[in-house]
Amino acid sequence: MTIDENSTRTLTVPPRARRTPAPPSKKKPLISYGHWWWALPAVILVIGVHYVATLTGGFFAFTNWTGLGDWEFIGLDNFVRIFNDPQLLGAVWNTLFLAFGSVILTNVFGLLFALAINRMLKTRYILRTLIFMPVVLSPLAVAYVWKFIFQFNGPLNGFLGLIGLEEFQKVWLADPTWSIWAILITVVWQQTGFVMVIYLAGLASVPVEVEEAASLDGAGVWGRFWNVTVPAIRPSIAIATTLGIIQGLRIFDQILALTGGGPAGATETLATEIYKQAFSLGQFGFGSALALVLTVIILAFAILQQYVTRDRDAAGRA
Amino acid sequence: MFRYTKLTAVREVIVWIITLAMLLPFYILIVTSLKSDQEALTTSAVAPPSSLDFSAFVEVLTTTGRNSIPMSILNSVIITAGAIFGLVLFGSVAAYVIARRTRRWTTFTYYLVLIAIILPAQLGTVPLYIGARSVGLTGNAIGMILLWIGILLPLSVFLYASFFRGLSTEYEEAAVIDGATPTQAFFRVVLPLMAPATGTVAILAGLIVWNDFFNSLIFLGGSTTQTLPVAMYTYVGGLVSAWNKIFAVVIISMIPILAFYMFAQKRFIQGFAGGLKG
Repeated sequence: MTIDENSTRTLTVPPRARRTPAPPSKKKPLISYGHWWWALPAVILVIGVHYVATLTGGFFAFTNWTGLGDWEFIGLDNFVRIFNDPQLLGAVWNTLFLAFGSVILTNVFGLLFALAINRMLKTRYILRTLIFMPVVLSPLAVAYVWKFIFQFNGPLNGFLGLIGLEEFQKVWLADPTWSIWAILITVVWQQTGFVMVIYLAGLASVPVEVEEAASLDGAGVWGRFWNVTVPAIRPSIAIATTLGIIQGLRIFDQILALTGGGPAGATETLATEIYKQAFSLGQFGFGSALALVLTVIILAFAILQQYVTRDRDAAGRA
Repeated sequence: MFRYTKLTAVREVIVWIITLAMLLPFYILIVTSLKSDQEALTTSAVAPPSSLDFSAFVEVLTTTGRNSIPMSILNSVIITAGAIFGLVLFGSVAAYVIARRTRRWTTFTYYLVLIAIILPAQLGTVPLYIGARSVGLTGNAIGMILLWIGILLPLSVFLYASFFRGLSTEYEEAAVIDGATPTQAFFRVVLPLMAPATGTVAILAGLIVWNDFFNSLIFLGGSTTQTLPVAMYTYVGGLVSAWNKIFAVVIISMIPILAFYMFAQKRFIQGFAGGLKG
Protein backbone atom coordinates (compact mmCIF):
# COMPACT_ATOMS: atom_id res chain seq x y z
CA MET A 1 0.00 0.00 0.00
CA THR A 2 2.75 2.40 0.88
CA ILE A 3 4.33 1.65 -2.46
CA ASP A 4 1.14 2.67 -4.22
CA GLU A 5 0.81 5.93 -2.37
CA ASN A 6 4.37 6.93 -3.03
CA SER A 7 4.44 5.83 -6.62
CA THR A 8 1.35 7.87 -7.43
CA ARG A 9 2.94 10.80 -5.67
CA THR A 10 6.05 10.65 -7.82
CA LEU A 11 3.90 10.00 -10.87
CA THR A 12 1.78 13.08 -10.37
CA VAL A 13 4.04 15.67 -8.81
CA PRO A 14 7.19 15.73 -10.92
CA PRO A 15 5.53 15.76 -14.38
CA ARG A 16 3.39 18.74 -13.38
CA ALA A 17 6.50 20.51 -12.21
CA ARG A 18 8.14 19.72 -15.49
CA ARG A 19 5.23 21.01 -17.55
CA THR A 20 5.80 24.58 -16.41
CA PRO A 21 8.45 25.63 -18.92
CA ALA A 22 10.77 27.97 -17.16
CA PRO A 23 14.11 29.41 -18.15
CA PRO A 24 16.53 27.02 -16.49
CA SER A 25 18.62 29.72 -14.88
CA LYS A 26 15.73 31.47 -13.14
CA LYS A 27 13.67 28.52 -11.87
CA LYS A 28 16.61 26.68 -10.40
CA PRO A 29 15.97 25.53 -6.85
CA LEU A 30 17.09 27.94 -4.17
CA ILE A 31 19.98 25.73 -3.14
CA SER A 32 21.67 22.62 -4.41
CA TYR A 33 20.36 19.50 -2.69
CA GLY A 34 23.46 17.40 -2.33
CA HIS A 35 25.33 16.37 -5.47
CA TRP A 36 23.85 14.31 -8.24
CA TRP A 37 26.58 11.69 -7.98
CA TRP A 38 25.46 10.82 -4.46
CA ALA A 39 22.95 8.49 -6.10
CA LEU A 40 25.65 6.70 -8.07
CA PRO A 41 26.82 3.98 -5.62
CA ALA A 42 23.23 3.01 -4.87
CA VAL A 43 22.25 2.92 -8.55
CA ILE A 44 25.25 0.78 -9.49
CA LEU A 45 24.75 -1.67 -6.61
CA VAL A 46 21.00 -1.99 -7.20
CA ILE A 47 21.41 -2.54 -10.93
CA GLY A 48 24.22 -5.05 -10.37
CA VAL A 49 22.79 -7.03 -7.47
CA HIS A 50 19.14 -6.96 -8.50
CA TYR A 51 18.73 -6.43 -12.21
CA VAL A 52 21.86 -7.86 -13.84
CA ALA A 53 21.93 -10.85 -11.49
CA THR A 54 18.23 -11.63 -11.92
CA LEU A 55 18.37 -11.37 -15.71
CA THR A 56 21.51 -13.52 -15.83
CA GLY A 57 19.78 -16.07 -13.60
CA GLY A 58 16.80 -16.07 -15.94
CA PHE A 59 19.20 -16.83 -18.80
CA PHE A 60 20.99 -19.62 -16.89
CA ALA A 61 17.59 -21.29 -16.41
CA PHE A 62 17.61 -22.28 -20.09
CA THR A 63 21.12 -23.77 -20.03
CA ASN A 64 22.74 -26.91 -18.65
CA TRP A 65 25.62 -25.04 -17.05
CA THR A 66 27.38 -26.78 -14.17
CA GLY A 67 29.71 -23.97 -13.19
CA LEU A 68 32.69 -25.51 -14.96
CA GLY A 69 33.52 -25.92 -18.59
CA ASP A 70 31.18 -25.87 -21.53
CA TRP A 71 27.48 -25.29 -21.43
CA GLU A 72 24.69 -25.36 -23.96
CA PHE A 73 21.45 -23.56 -24.48
CA ILE A 74 18.89 -26.31 -23.97
CA GLY A 75 15.61 -24.44 -24.29
CA LEU A 76 12.83 -25.69 -22.04
CA ASP A 77 14.49 -29.00 -21.13
CA ASN A 78 15.04 -27.97 -17.53
CA PHE A 79 11.37 -27.14 -17.10
CA VAL A 80 10.24 -30.36 -18.75
CA ARG A 81 12.46 -32.19 -16.25
CA ILE A 82 11.00 -30.25 -13.30
CA PHE A 83 7.40 -30.94 -14.24
CA ASN A 84 8.03 -34.62 -14.92
CA ASP A 85 9.78 -35.27 -11.63
CA PRO A 86 7.31 -36.29 -8.90
CA GLN A 87 9.85 -35.27 -6.23
CA LEU A 88 10.11 -31.73 -7.61
CA LEU A 89 6.36 -31.45 -8.19
CA GLY A 90 6.02 -32.47 -4.56
CA ALA A 91 8.38 -29.63 -3.68
CA VAL A 92 6.17 -27.17 -5.58
CA TRP A 93 3.15 -28.50 -3.73
CA ASN A 94 4.94 -28.26 -0.37
CA THR A 95 5.98 -24.68 -1.14
CA LEU A 96 2.37 -23.71 -1.82
CA PHE A 97 1.12 -25.65 1.19
CA LEU A 98 3.52 -23.90 3.58
CA ALA A 99 2.81 -20.47 2.05
CA PHE A 100 -0.97 -20.73 2.18
CA GLY A 101 -1.04 -22.66 5.44
CA SER A 102 1.14 -20.10 7.18
CA VAL A 103 -0.77 -17.13 5.74
CA ILE A 104 -4.15 -18.48 6.79
CA LEU A 105 -3.09 -19.56 10.27
CA THR A 106 -0.95 -16.50 11.12
CA ASN A 107 -3.71 -14.18 9.93
CA VAL A 108 -6.41 -15.94 11.94
CA PHE A 109 -4.32 -16.09 15.12
CA GLY A 110 -2.75 -12.68 14.57
CA LEU A 111 -6.13 -11.03 14.10
CA LEU A 112 -7.59 -12.82 17.12
CA PHE A 113 -4.67 -11.66 19.30
CA ALA A 114 -4.95 -8.13 17.92
CA LEU A 115 -8.70 -7.95 18.58
CA ALA A 116 -8.26 -9.47 22.03
CA ILE A 117 -5.66 -7.01 23.25
CA ASN A 118 -6.66 -3.96 21.19
CA ARG A 119 -9.19 -2.41 23.57
CA MET A 120 -9.14 -1.90 27.29
CA LEU A 121 -6.60 -4.47 28.44
CA LYS A 122 -4.37 -2.97 31.10
CA THR A 123 -1.34 -5.00 30.09
CA ARG A 124 -1.71 -4.71 26.33
CA TYR A 125 1.77 -3.32 25.77
CA ILE A 126 3.46 -6.09 27.74
CA LEU A 127 1.39 -8.66 25.88
CA ARG A 128 2.27 -7.08 22.56
CA THR A 129 5.98 -7.15 23.40
CA LEU A 130 5.83 -10.81 24.48
CA ILE A 131 3.79 -12.04 21.51
CA PHE A 132 6.02 -10.19 19.05
CA MET A 133 9.23 -11.51 20.62
CA PRO A 134 9.63 -14.66 18.46
CA VAL A 135 9.55 -12.50 15.31
CA VAL A 136 12.96 -10.96 15.98
CA LEU A 137 14.72 -14.28 16.53
CA SER A 138 16.64 -16.26 13.95
CA PRO A 139 14.32 -18.80 12.24
CA LEU A 140 17.12 -21.35 12.53
CA ALA A 141 17.41 -20.98 16.30
CA VAL A 142 13.63 -21.17 16.69
CA ALA A 143 13.54 -24.31 14.54
CA TYR A 144 15.99 -26.07 16.88
CA VAL A 145 13.74 -25.39 19.86
CA TRP A 146 10.83 -26.94 18.00
CA LYS A 147 12.95 -29.84 16.83
CA PHE A 148 13.36 -30.76 20.48
CA ILE A 149 9.62 -30.38 21.12
CA PHE A 150 8.75 -32.66 18.20
CA GLN A 151 11.26 -35.36 19.19
CA PHE A 152 9.85 -38.82 19.82
CA ASN A 153 10.64 -38.59 23.53
CA GLY A 154 10.09 -34.84 23.48
CA PRO A 155 7.60 -32.59 25.26
CA LEU A 156 4.81 -32.85 22.65
CA ASN A 157 4.52 -36.63 22.85
CA GLY A 158 5.00 -36.37 26.61
CA PHE A 159 2.03 -34.00 26.79
CA LEU A 160 -0.11 -36.25 24.59
CA GLY A 161 0.69 -39.20 26.85
CA LEU A 162 -0.15 -37.15 29.93
CA ILE A 163 -3.67 -36.36 28.72
CA GLY A 164 -4.29 -39.91 27.57
CA LEU A 165 -3.90 -39.47 23.82
CA GLU A 166 -1.13 -42.02 23.39
CA GLU A 167 -2.49 -43.08 20.01
CA PHE A 168 -1.59 -39.67 18.58
CA GLN A 169 2.06 -39.91 19.61
CA LYS A 170 4.35 -40.20 16.62
CA VAL A 171 7.84 -39.50 15.37
CA TRP A 172 6.68 -36.14 14.09
CA LEU A 173 9.73 -35.16 12.08
CA ALA A 174 10.20 -38.58 10.45
CA ASP A 175 6.56 -39.03 9.50
CA PRO A 176 5.90 -38.44 5.76
CA THR A 177 2.46 -36.96 6.44
CA TRP A 178 3.03 -34.99 9.62
CA SER A 179 6.54 -33.61 9.21
CA ILE A 180 5.32 -30.80 6.94
CA TRP A 181 2.76 -29.85 9.60
CA ALA A 182 5.55 -29.67 12.17
CA ILE A 183 7.34 -27.17 9.94
CA LEU A 184 4.11 -25.23 9.46
CA ILE A 185 3.55 -25.00 13.23
CA THR A 186 7.11 -23.75 13.75
CA VAL A 187 6.62 -21.03 11.12
CA VAL A 188 3.20 -20.00 12.42
CA TRP A 189 4.46 -19.80 16.01
CA GLN A 190 7.20 -17.42 14.96
CA GLN A 191 5.23 -15.22 12.55
CA THR A 192 1.93 -14.73 14.39
CA GLY A 193 3.28 -11.76 16.34
CA PHE A 194 4.28 -10.00 13.14
CA VAL A 195 0.78 -10.29 11.69
CA MET A 196 -0.72 -9.20 15.01
CA VAL A 197 1.35 -6.02 14.98
CA ILE A 198 0.16 -5.16 11.46
CA TYR A 199 -3.45 -5.65 12.56
CA LEU A 200 -2.93 -3.62 15.74
CA ALA A 201 -1.71 -0.74 13.57
CA GLY A 202 -4.81 -1.13 11.40
CA LEU A 203 -7.16 -1.38 14.38
CA ALA A 204 -5.74 1.83 15.81
CA SER A 205 -7.38 3.60 12.88
CA VAL A 206 -10.89 2.43 13.88
CA PRO A 207 -12.45 5.27 15.90
CA VAL A 208 -14.08 4.19 19.16
CA GLU A 209 -16.99 6.55 18.38
CA VAL A 210 -17.93 4.66 15.22
CA GLU A 211 -17.98 1.38 17.09
CA GLU A 212 -20.06 2.95 19.85
CA ALA A 213 -22.48 4.43 17.32
CA ALA A 214 -22.86 1.07 15.60
CA SER A 215 -23.42 -0.58 18.93
CA LEU A 216 -26.08 2.01 19.91
CA ASP A 217 -27.78 1.34 16.58
CA GLY A 218 -28.13 -2.26 17.66
CA ALA A 219 -25.17 -3.92 15.97
CA GLY A 220 -23.89 -6.98 17.84
CA VAL A 221 -20.26 -7.94 18.27
CA TRP A 222 -20.34 -9.91 15.02
CA GLY A 223 -22.06 -7.14 13.07
CA ARG A 224 -19.59 -4.55 14.36
CA PHE A 225 -16.72 -6.77 13.34
CA TRP A 226 -17.91 -7.27 9.76
CA ASN A 227 -19.32 -3.82 9.07
CA VAL A 228 -16.99 -1.55 11.03
CA THR A 229 -13.73 -3.31 11.80
CA VAL A 230 -13.12 -5.35 8.66
CA PRO A 231 -13.62 -2.45 6.19
CA ALA A 232 -11.27 -0.30 8.26
CA ILE A 233 -8.47 -2.88 8.43
CA ARG A 234 -8.72 -3.91 4.78
CA PRO A 235 -5.33 -2.32 3.96
CA SER A 236 -3.79 -4.27 6.86
CA ILE A 237 -5.29 -7.50 5.54
CA ALA A 238 -3.73 -6.78 2.13
CA ILE A 239 -0.30 -6.10 3.63
CA ALA A 240 -0.34 -9.04 6.01
CA THR A 241 -1.42 -11.55 3.38
CA THR A 242 0.91 -10.27 0.65
CA LEU A 243 3.98 -10.25 2.90
CA GLY A 244 2.95 -13.60 4.36
CA ILE A 245 2.66 -15.26 0.94
CA ILE A 246 6.01 -13.88 -0.20
CA GLN A 247 7.74 -14.99 3.02
CA GLY A 248 5.91 -18.30 3.04
CA LEU A 249 7.00 -19.21 -0.46
CA ARG A 250 10.65 -18.75 0.57
CA ILE A 251 10.73 -20.84 3.75
CA PHE A 252 14.16 -22.46 3.95
CA ASP A 253 15.93 -22.25 7.32
CA GLN A 254 13.28 -24.10 9.30
CA ILE A 255 13.23 -27.02 6.87
CA LEU A 256 16.99 -27.42 6.86
CA ALA A 257 17.05 -27.41 10.66
CA LEU A 258 13.98 -29.57 11.31
CA THR A 259 14.01 -32.27 8.63
CA GLY A 260 16.65 -31.40 6.04
CA GLY A 261 13.94 -32.04 3.44
CA GLY A 262 13.22 -35.56 4.61
CA PRO A 263 11.87 -38.08 5.29
CA ALA A 264 12.56 -39.20 1.70
CA GLY A 265 11.98 -35.71 0.29
CA ALA A 266 8.57 -35.32 1.94
CA THR A 267 9.34 -31.79 3.13
CA GLU A 268 11.41 -30.43 0.26
CA THR A 269 10.34 -27.04 -1.06
CA LEU A 270 11.50 -25.06 -4.07
CA ALA A 271 13.88 -23.09 -1.85
CA THR A 272 15.58 -26.21 -0.47
CA GLU A 273 15.71 -27.80 -3.93
CA ILE A 274 17.33 -24.68 -5.39
CA TYR A 275 19.98 -24.87 -2.69
CA LYS A 276 20.59 -28.57 -3.20
CA GLN A 277 20.60 -28.58 -6.99
CA ALA A 278 22.63 -25.43 -7.50
CA PHE A 279 25.01 -25.42 -4.56
CA SER A 280 25.31 -29.02 -3.36
CA LEU A 281 25.22 -30.66 -6.79
CA GLY A 282 26.66 -27.78 -8.81
CA GLN A 283 23.76 -27.84 -11.30
CA PHE A 284 23.73 -24.10 -11.79
CA GLY A 285 21.51 -24.23 -14.89
CA PHE A 286 18.94 -26.55 -13.38
CA GLY A 287 18.97 -24.73 -10.03
CA SER A 288 18.32 -21.47 -11.86
CA ALA A 289 15.35 -23.07 -13.63
CA LEU A 290 13.90 -23.98 -10.22
CA ALA A 291 14.58 -20.43 -9.05
CA LEU A 292 12.75 -19.09 -12.09
CA VAL A 293 9.73 -21.26 -11.26
CA LEU A 294 9.76 -19.90 -7.69
CA THR A 295 10.16 -16.33 -8.94
CA VAL A 296 7.23 -16.66 -11.32
CA ILE A 297 5.07 -18.07 -8.51
CA ILE A 298 6.07 -15.25 -6.14
CA LEU A 299 5.46 -12.52 -8.73
CA ALA A 300 2.16 -14.08 -9.81
CA PHE A 301 0.82 -14.06 -6.26
CA ALA A 302 2.18 -10.60 -5.48
CA ILE A 303 0.53 -9.12 -8.60
CA LEU A 304 -2.70 -11.08 -8.13
CA GLN A 305 -2.96 -9.83 -4.57
CA GLN A 306 -2.42 -6.22 -5.65
CA TYR A 307 -5.28 -6.54 -8.16
CA VAL A 308 -7.63 -8.20 -5.72
CA THR A 309 -7.11 -5.51 -3.10
CA ARG A 310 -7.22 -2.66 -5.62
CA ASP A 311 -10.59 -3.84 -6.97
CA ARG A 312 -12.03 -4.05 -3.50
CA ASP A 313 -10.84 -0.56 -2.70
CA ALA A 314 -12.37 0.84 -5.87
CA ALA A 315 -15.65 -0.95 -5.20
CA GLY A 316 -15.65 0.37 -1.65
CA ARG A 317 -15.26 3.93 -2.83
CA ALA A 318 -17.94 3.73 -5.53
CA MET B 1 -19.52 2.23 26.57
CA PHE B 2 -16.09 0.57 26.53
CA ARG B 3 -15.35 0.32 30.22
CA TYR B 4 -13.16 -2.10 32.12
CA THR B 5 -15.72 -4.64 33.29
CA LYS B 6 -15.47 -8.08 34.83
CA LEU B 7 -15.72 -9.49 31.34
CA THR B 8 -12.65 -7.50 30.28
CA ALA B 9 -10.75 -8.88 33.27
CA VAL B 10 -11.72 -12.41 32.23
CA ARG B 11 -10.51 -11.65 28.71
CA GLU B 12 -7.24 -10.30 30.05
CA VAL B 13 -6.64 -13.45 32.09
CA ILE B 14 -7.46 -15.70 29.13
CA VAL B 15 -5.10 -13.80 26.83
CA TRP B 16 -2.34 -14.10 29.43
CA ILE B 17 -2.85 -17.85 29.75
CA ILE B 18 -2.67 -18.27 25.96
CA THR B 19 0.40 -16.04 25.71
CA LEU B 20 2.24 -17.89 28.45
CA ALA B 21 1.39 -21.20 26.78
CA MET B 22 2.76 -19.77 23.56
CA LEU B 23 5.98 -18.78 25.31
CA LEU B 24 6.44 -22.23 26.86
CA PRO B 25 9.17 -23.11 24.30
CA PHE B 26 11.31 -20.34 25.82
CA TYR B 27 10.98 -21.91 29.25
CA ILE B 28 11.91 -25.35 27.89
CA LEU B 29 14.85 -23.76 26.09
CA ILE B 30 16.24 -22.12 29.22
CA VAL B 31 15.79 -25.00 31.67
CA THR B 32 17.23 -27.57 29.27
CA SER B 33 20.32 -25.49 28.55
CA LEU B 34 21.08 -25.36 32.29
CA LYS B 35 21.02 -29.12 32.75
CA SER B 36 23.99 -31.46 32.76
CA ASP B 37 24.47 -33.87 29.87
CA GLN B 38 22.96 -36.71 31.83
CA GLU B 39 20.03 -34.76 33.17
CA ALA B 40 19.13 -33.30 29.76
CA LEU B 41 18.59 -36.81 28.44
CA THR B 42 16.75 -38.32 31.35
CA THR B 43 14.54 -35.68 32.96
CA SER B 44 11.28 -34.23 31.70
CA ALA B 45 11.57 -31.21 29.41
CA VAL B 46 9.59 -28.98 31.75
CA ALA B 47 11.32 -30.10 34.93
CA PRO B 48 13.70 -27.46 36.28
CA PRO B 49 17.38 -28.50 36.54
CA SER B 50 18.33 -30.00 39.88
CA SER B 51 21.27 -27.63 40.08
CA LEU B 52 22.36 -24.86 37.74
CA ASP B 53 24.88 -26.35 35.38
CA PHE B 54 26.59 -23.89 33.06
CA SER B 55 28.92 -26.50 31.58
CA ALA B 56 27.02 -26.50 28.28
CA PHE B 57 27.60 -22.76 27.89
CA VAL B 58 31.26 -23.07 28.83
CA GLU B 59 31.77 -25.83 26.32
CA VAL B 60 30.01 -23.91 23.53
CA LEU B 61 31.96 -20.73 24.20
CA THR B 62 35.31 -22.50 24.24
CA THR B 63 34.89 -24.22 20.88
CA THR B 64 37.79 -23.68 18.54
CA GLY B 65 38.47 -24.16 14.87
CA ARG B 66 36.32 -23.45 11.87
CA ASN B 67 33.00 -23.44 13.65
CA SER B 68 34.15 -21.66 16.76
CA ILE B 69 31.07 -19.94 18.15
CA PRO B 70 32.94 -16.89 19.59
CA MET B 71 34.67 -16.31 16.23
CA SER B 72 31.36 -16.59 14.38
CA ILE B 73 29.79 -14.05 16.73
CA LEU B 74 32.61 -11.66 15.89
CA ASN B 75 32.08 -12.28 12.15
CA SER B 76 28.35 -11.72 12.48
CA VAL B 77 28.95 -8.46 14.36
CA ILE B 78 31.41 -7.22 11.72
CA ILE B 79 29.14 -8.13 8.80
CA THR B 80 26.01 -6.72 10.42
CA ALA B 81 27.70 -3.47 11.47
CA GLY B 82 29.36 -3.03 8.06
CA ALA B 83 26.10 -3.64 6.23
CA ILE B 84 24.17 -1.20 8.43
CA PHE B 85 26.84 1.48 7.99
CA GLY B 86 26.84 1.10 4.20
CA LEU B 87 23.06 1.01 4.00
CA VAL B 88 22.71 4.18 6.07
CA LEU B 89 25.45 6.03 4.17
CA PHE B 90 24.64 5.07 0.57
CA GLY B 91 20.91 4.78 1.14
CA SER B 92 20.48 8.18 2.77
CA VAL B 93 22.49 10.21 0.25
CA ALA B 94 20.87 8.46 -2.72
CA ALA B 95 17.38 8.89 -1.29
CA TYR B 96 18.12 12.56 -0.54
CA VAL B 97 19.07 13.29 -4.14
CA ILE B 98 16.12 11.26 -5.44
CA ALA B 99 13.59 12.86 -3.10
CA ARG B 100 14.78 16.47 -3.32
CA ARG B 101 15.61 16.82 -6.99
CA THR B 102 12.70 16.59 -9.39
CA ARG B 103 14.28 15.58 -12.63
CA ARG B 104 13.37 12.87 -15.05
CA TRP B 105 16.31 10.70 -14.00
CA THR B 106 15.51 10.90 -10.30
CA THR B 107 11.95 9.68 -10.95
CA PHE B 108 13.34 6.91 -13.10
CA THR B 109 15.85 5.94 -10.41
CA TYR B 110 13.11 5.87 -7.80
CA TYR B 111 11.14 3.38 -9.90
CA LEU B 112 14.28 1.35 -10.46
CA VAL B 113 14.61 1.04 -6.69
CA LEU B 114 10.91 0.31 -6.09
CA ILE B 115 10.83 -2.53 -8.61
CA ALA B 116 13.98 -3.99 -7.04
CA ILE B 117 12.09 -4.26 -3.70
CA ILE B 118 9.41 -6.41 -5.32
CA LEU B 119 11.82 -8.47 -7.43
CA PRO B 120 12.39 -11.82 -5.65
CA ALA B 121 16.06 -12.40 -4.83
CA GLN B 122 16.22 -16.17 -5.51
CA LEU B 123 16.86 -15.96 -9.23
CA GLY B 124 19.89 -13.72 -8.79
CA THR B 125 21.60 -15.92 -6.20
CA VAL B 126 23.45 -18.24 -8.58
CA PRO B 127 24.86 -15.47 -10.85
CA LEU B 128 25.79 -13.39 -7.79
CA TYR B 129 27.63 -16.31 -6.28
CA ILE B 130 29.53 -16.99 -9.48
CA GLY B 131 30.31 -13.30 -9.95
CA ALA B 132 31.48 -12.90 -6.36
CA ARG B 133 33.57 -16.07 -6.56
CA SER B 134 35.34 -14.93 -9.69
CA VAL B 135 36.45 -11.67 -8.06
CA GLY B 136 37.33 -13.22 -4.71
CA LEU B 137 34.38 -11.85 -2.75
CA THR B 138 33.10 -15.18 -1.44
CA GLY B 139 34.27 -16.51 1.89
CA ASN B 140 35.12 -13.15 3.41
CA ALA B 141 33.37 -10.43 5.35
CA ILE B 142 33.92 -7.68 2.78
CA GLY B 143 32.11 -9.61 0.06
CA MET B 144 29.28 -10.39 2.45
CA ILE B 145 28.94 -6.73 3.48
CA LEU B 146 28.83 -5.59 -0.15
CA LEU B 147 26.28 -8.24 -0.96
CA TRP B 148 24.01 -7.16 1.88
CA ILE B 149 24.32 -3.51 0.97
CA GLY B 150 23.27 -4.38 -2.57
CA ILE B 151 20.40 -6.61 -1.48
CA LEU B 152 18.94 -4.21 1.08
CA LEU B 153 19.67 -0.83 -0.52
CA PRO B 154 16.24 -0.64 -2.20
CA LEU B 155 14.60 -0.96 1.21
CA SER B 156 16.92 1.66 2.69
CA VAL B 157 16.45 4.14 -0.18
CA PHE B 158 12.70 3.64 -0.11
CA LEU B 159 12.44 4.26 3.65
CA TYR B 160 14.72 7.30 3.59
CA ALA B 161 12.96 8.76 0.53
CA SER B 162 9.57 8.60 2.22
CA PHE B 163 11.00 10.29 5.33
CA PHE B 164 12.74 13.02 3.27
CA ARG B 165 9.50 13.78 1.43
CA GLY B 166 7.90 14.53 4.77
CA LEU B 167 10.67 16.92 5.84
CA SER B 168 10.47 20.61 4.93
CA THR B 169 13.33 22.00 2.83
CA GLU B 170 13.65 24.99 5.16
CA TYR B 171 16.27 23.28 7.33
CA GLU B 172 18.91 22.84 4.67
CA GLU B 173 18.02 26.18 3.05
CA ALA B 174 18.68 27.93 6.34
CA ALA B 175 21.95 26.03 6.70
CA VAL B 176 23.10 26.97 3.20
CA ILE B 177 22.15 30.62 3.70
CA ASP B 178 24.26 30.55 6.85
CA GLY B 179 27.18 29.47 4.67
CA ALA B 180 27.15 25.68 4.77
CA THR B 181 28.07 23.69 1.67
CA PRO B 182 25.44 21.19 0.38
CA THR B 183 27.51 18.37 1.90
CA GLN B 184 27.66 20.05 5.30
CA ALA B 185 23.95 20.92 5.13
CA PHE B 186 23.11 17.28 4.56
CA PHE B 187 25.42 15.61 7.07
CA ARG B 188 25.22 18.25 9.81
CA VAL B 189 21.56 19.29 9.53
CA VAL B 190 19.38 16.91 7.53
CA LEU B 191 20.77 13.51 8.49
CA PRO B 192 20.61 14.16 12.26
CA LEU B 193 16.92 15.04 11.78
CA MET B 194 16.48 11.66 10.12
CA ALA B 195 17.25 9.66 13.27
CA PRO B 196 13.87 7.84 13.14
CA ALA B 197 14.53 6.77 9.54
CA THR B 198 18.08 5.71 10.40
CA GLY B 199 16.74 3.73 13.36
CA THR B 200 14.19 1.93 11.21
CA VAL B 201 16.76 1.11 8.53
CA ALA B 202 19.29 -0.09 11.12
CA ILE B 203 16.78 -2.30 12.95
CA LEU B 204 15.25 -3.90 9.87
CA ALA B 205 18.56 -4.40 8.07
CA GLY B 206 20.33 -5.49 11.26
CA LEU B 207 17.72 -8.17 11.99
CA ILE B 208 17.71 -9.47 8.42
CA VAL B 209 21.52 -9.67 8.23
CA TRP B 210 22.07 -11.03 11.76
CA ASN B 211 19.46 -13.77 11.38
CA ASP B 212 20.25 -14.71 7.81
CA PHE B 213 21.17 -18.31 7.15
CA PHE B 214 20.62 -18.88 3.42
CA ASN B 215 22.99 -16.24 1.99
CA SER B 216 25.72 -16.88 4.56
CA LEU B 217 25.51 -20.59 3.87
CA ILE B 218 26.08 -20.01 0.16
CA PHE B 219 28.48 -17.07 0.07
CA LEU B 220 30.64 -18.13 3.04
CA GLY B 221 30.31 -21.87 2.45
CA GLY B 222 33.45 -23.87 3.14
CA SER B 223 35.50 -20.87 4.28
CA THR B 224 36.94 -20.07 7.68
CA THR B 225 34.73 -17.00 7.98
CA GLN B 226 31.37 -18.17 9.28
CA THR B 227 28.44 -16.22 10.64
CA LEU B 228 26.67 -17.30 13.80
CA PRO B 229 23.69 -19.10 12.14
CA VAL B 230 25.95 -21.13 9.86
CA ALA B 231 28.31 -22.00 12.70
CA MET B 232 25.30 -22.95 14.78
CA TYR B 233 23.99 -25.17 11.97
CA THR B 234 27.34 -26.95 11.59
CA TYR B 235 27.92 -27.21 15.33
CA VAL B 236 24.46 -28.63 16.01
CA GLY B 237 24.86 -31.03 13.08
CA GLY B 238 27.80 -32.59 14.93
CA LEU B 239 25.85 -33.10 18.16
CA VAL B 240 23.47 -36.00 18.53
CA SER B 241 20.72 -35.20 21.00
CA ALA B 242 23.05 -33.18 23.25
CA TRP B 243 20.16 -30.80 23.75
CA ASN B 244 21.71 -28.90 26.64
CA LYS B 245 24.58 -27.87 24.34
CA ILE B 246 22.33 -27.25 21.34
CA PHE B 247 20.15 -25.00 23.46
CA ALA B 248 23.18 -23.22 24.88
CA VAL B 249 24.16 -22.24 21.30
CA VAL B 250 20.59 -21.26 20.54
CA ILE B 251 20.41 -19.04 23.65
CA ILE B 252 23.77 -17.44 22.89
CA SER B 253 22.52 -16.63 19.38
CA MET B 254 19.32 -15.11 20.78
CA ILE B 255 20.79 -12.97 23.56
CA PRO B 256 22.15 -10.04 21.50
CA ILE B 257 18.96 -9.64 19.50
CA LEU B 258 16.70 -10.01 22.53
CA ALA B 259 18.77 -7.46 24.43
CA PHE B 260 18.28 -4.96 21.63
CA TYR B 261 14.62 -5.87 21.43
CA MET B 262 13.98 -5.29 25.13
CA PHE B 263 15.88 -2.03 24.93
CA ALA B 264 14.01 -0.66 21.90
CA GLN B 265 10.94 -2.84 21.50
CA LYS B 266 8.72 0.06 20.48
CA ARG B 267 11.05 0.96 17.61
CA PHE B 268 11.25 -2.68 16.53
CA ILE B 269 7.49 -3.06 16.43
CA GLN B 270 6.91 0.26 14.68
CA GLY B 271 9.68 -0.50 12.21
CA PHE B 272 8.08 -3.79 11.33
CA ALA B 273 4.52 -2.49 11.20
CA GLY B 274 5.46 0.55 9.15
CA GLY B 275 8.72 -0.17 7.41
CA LEU B 276 8.12 -3.58 5.95
CA LYS B 277 4.93 -2.46 4.27
CA GLY B 278 7.24 -1.35 1.50
